[in-house]
This record gives sequence, C-alpha cells and structure tokens, in this order.
Amino acid sequence: MSTNLADPQRLATPPTFQSVSVNRRIKNGIATALVWGAFLVAIIPLVWVLYTVVQRGFPVILDGDWWQKSMSGLLARQQGGGAYHAIYGTLVQGLVCAVISVPIGIMIAIYLVEYGGRSRLSKATTFMVDILTGVPSIVAALFVYTVWITTFGLGRSALAVSLALVLLMVPVIVRTTEEMLKIVPDELREASYALGIPKWKTIVKIVIPTALSGILTGIMLALARVMGETAPVLVLAAYAPFINYNLFDGPMASLPLMMVNERNNPTAAGFDRIWGAAITLVVLITLFNLLATVISRALAPKTK
Amino acid sequence: MAKRLDIKDLNLFYGKFHAVENVSLAVPPKNVTAFIGPSGCGKSTVLRSLNRMHEVAPGARVEGKVLLDGEDIYTSTVDPVEVRRTIGMVFQRPNPFPTMSIRDNVVAGLRLAGLKDKKKLDEVAERSLRGANLWNEVKDRLDKPGGGLSGGQQQRLCIARAIAVQPDVLLMDEPCSALDPISTLAIEDLITELKKEYTIVIVTHNMQQAARVSDQTAFFNLLGVGQPGQLIEVDDTEKIFSNPSQKATEDYISGRFG
Repeated sequence: MSTNLADPQRLATPPTFQSVSVNRRIKNGIATALVWGAFLVAIIPLVWVLYTVVQRGFPVILDGDWWQKSMSGLLARQQGGGAYHAIYGTLVQGLVCAVISVPIGIMIAIYLVEYGGRSRLSKATTFMVDILTGVPSIVAALFVYTVWITTFGLGRSALAVSLALVLLMVPVIVRTTEEMLKIVPDELREASYALGIPKWKTIVKIVIPTALSGILTGIMLALARVMGETAPVLVLAAYAPFINYNLFDGPMASLPLMMVNERNNPTAAGFDRIWGAAITLVVLITLFNLLATVISRALAPKTK
Repeated sequence: MAKRLDIKDLNLFYGKFHAVENVSLAVPPKNVTAFIGPSGCGKSTVLRSLNRMHEVAPGARVEGKVLLDGEDIYTSTVDPVEVRRTIGMVFQRPNPFPTMSIRDNVVAGLRLAGLKDKKKLDEVAERSLRGANLWNEVKDRLDKPGGGLSGGQQQRLCIARAIAVQPDVLLMDEPCSALDPISTLAIEDLITELKKEYTIVIVTHNMQQAARVSDQTAFFNLLGVGQPGQLIEVDDTEKIFSNPSQKATEDYISGRFG
C-alpha cells in the first residue's frame, strides 16, 4: 500500500498491454529497410533514364521543325530536319495494329469468360494466349517475315510491321479484357436475364459497358507497349528518311527505327536526333496513358 | 396479367447432385406464396426454376413441369428468354446496373427489348417507380446513377425494374435479407400493394415476414446433408403458423431447429 502511494504510476497488477518487444522492433526495422531498398532499386534507374532522356532530348523537340519536317534531303551531319515521318509511322503502325487486335482480343476474351466455361477449346485458347504472351517480339517479327514475305512473296511494308505487332498486342488485350469481364458480378448478368434480355444483349449492353473503362485502359497500355517495339520495324520495314503515307508498300520510318538508324550516324546531329526521337516516343506513350486514364475515369461506373 | 403457376413433380439437379425432390405446388393468381425452410433446403432453387433461371448455372438440370396458366414453360419449343420476360425476378442483394441512371435502370428491360419511344419510356419509368413506392424519393434525380441510392431504395429500384416489363408473375428471392428493418417494412408494404396486380412468390428466412405478407406458405426441409430438399407441406399461412399438420413444420416455426 505504501509503495502505491509513493509511486502512483505503479499498478497493483501487472499491465495487460506491454510495449513492442525488441525482437519485433528489429524484425520491423529489417522489413522496412528491405521495402525501402527495393523501392530505391526500382526508382533510381527509372529517374536516371528519364533525366538522361529529358536532358539530352528536350532541347531537340522544342524546335517546331521537329514536329513538322522529315529528314528528307538532309545529309547525315547536317543539323535540322524533324521526326514527322517517324512519328507518323509509329502512330499509323500502332493504330492499324490496334484496329486489327482490339476486336480479335475482345471477342476472344468474351468467348473465354461468357461462353467457353471449362470446355477443352477454352482451355486450349487460354494456353495459346499464355504462350503468345511470352513470345519475344523478334520471334513475332520473324514469323511474319516467313509467312508474309518469304511464303507469300509480299514486300516489306508498314502493314507487315502492324501484323507482327498484332501478335504481340492480342494476348495483352485478351488478358486484360478477360480479367475485367471476370470482375463484373454474375448478379448483373442474372438481373439482365431475369428481365428477359437475351444473353448476347446482356453481354453487349450490360457486361461490356460495366467493364469498359478497364478494357480501354488495357488497350491503351497494350498500344503504348507495341509502339516502342523495335524488332518488328527492324525486320519488316526499311527506314525511309522521307514521309511515306503508303501502308502497303515501301519503306516507312518509325521512332525506334529512326533511333537505330541515327545510331550509325557518328555526328552531333545524329546524337541529337537519337535523344529527340527517344523523348518523342516517351511523350507519345505518356499521352496515350493519360488519355487512357481520362477515358476510364469518364466511363467508370459512378455512384454520385 | 397475373397468371397462376402449377408446379408438378419437379426435380432439380446441379450436375449429379439431386437438389430438390418431387415438388408439387399450386400458386394461385393475385396471391402471395412464401417459401420458408432452413438454409440449403432448395427453396431458392425451386424459385429459380420457376422462370428458368436455374439452368443458367453450369450443369443444372430440371425434370418435371412448371405450368403457367396451363402452359408448360419447360417444353422444348419454349424460349427461356420469353419465359423470363413473363415471370420477373427480384434478387437477394439489390443489383442495379452500375453504368445506368435511375431512369435507364427502370426501363432497361424495355429498352434492350427494342422500345425506343422516349415518351413511352418516361411514362413507364414513372409508373413503375410509383408502383415501387420510390417515385417521390427519386423524381428529382432520375438521371443520377442507380448505385448512389441507399440499399433499400436500390432494392425498390430493382422491383421497379422488374415490374416495368409488366410480368405476369413476380419472384422474390429473399428481397429483404440485405436491408434494415425500415427498408424491409417499405418492401413488405409494397408486396401487399403489388399483390393486387401480380402473382408473387417470395423466399424468406424471416418467418414473421412470411406471416405478415403471404397468403399461402410452403415449408421446405431436407432430411440430412447431401439429401435432396423436399416440400413438407403447403397451406394457408394462417394455418401453417397456428396449426400445421406436420411435426417438422411446427418444430421449425416454433424455433426448435433450423
């Protein structure tokens, strides 16, 4: 009793709760250090690359000519000219690829989620898509080269590039669309059936709109990925320093191809163009990602 | 409007599992029939077989007959889509379409069936929302998303959506189990209103609810785990809750098991 009076902080019984043990504090410290370490390992190269690209390329793309002119008629060591021809090539090859891949990819995903179930065809399709996801771009490019150019005897062209990109883009779209369709609750499908709405209309009018924002994000990310692919353009399209609007014939530039080409140009002009093309590609892909975010926000189901 | 349902020797299966055995039951028009019984006894399964929703589950199979005013809905020439248009359904959890506004949710059934006349659709939306006692609460925000309503309002929105296609029969699968007592009361009042025009079958776990809203009660039970569910008895609600003819029914409603 006297001790209690002397020390009011001291309790008659031992406290139920005690401070965090040393052992746990050490474990917590180690885990925190590992997590931060992993974060730094990931972020340092990223910042470094971005800094290098921006520092070396930014002055180049500030020139208005960069966005409006091609390299037509310029000597390798001459400054000036622009990347218009390469930007056009990258965009058009990417878009043609998307126009072919998006319907195929979405329809495969619809089959897998809504109709396939656990059938053998569905399992086989999933397996093929998995394999296709792992195919390196150079293999896709060589496959198209073998079929399109060696077997059918058709020339190298932007369309051939797009076809190789389709092989890379379809599995990505199937995967993302499949995941998005799977998270649409079955209750919505049942609610629709119970109103006497046929299955196909339920898919088109209820399921797809509910999943649309996620599907579009997936498409944009897939597009961003294929626009940076180098192997297909190297194998399937020759570089053209001038503007070629023809999809079906002749050499056509693209940003990765322009960078490869200017790598062989040892002058200061070549150096500038490599970094200019690099930052242009980064900017284009960033724009696509931003666009994806904006569209998916606009289309996402709302509650307010 | 308001047709009668006759269930004859209905057997329901999920793959090899025999879920419900030999159910025969008559549902008179403009009448509320309640299905009660312990979990897993197959009452929801029977309900879902009444508008051919049972077969949506993979491997699900139906034997026996369900007659809507004498016409078997399981005849091979009958389109299940037509059956579901005639026999509407409200689910356990409110499930408004998240991409649609309140108005679009209500008229979804008609619009997706091809009705385009905007004036007609607006009329139907108002009539159905009034029918579901929701009009006064949402008339100023018909263009807002249905997902923004409270749970009870969402469930009434789903009822409005179900009655917008003017079904002959309305099936309700535990429509109040996700709602608070006040919303539950609103839905129960609504069921009493709807009875004037529709034949209603409701599955409920809440025996007071069955006693309050239904005219006829069917008690389902299962003899053991893995055994098929069975219809024990069906009678006037008053009789079931005061003087049931089967011992199992009495045990269940007096809370001695289940």
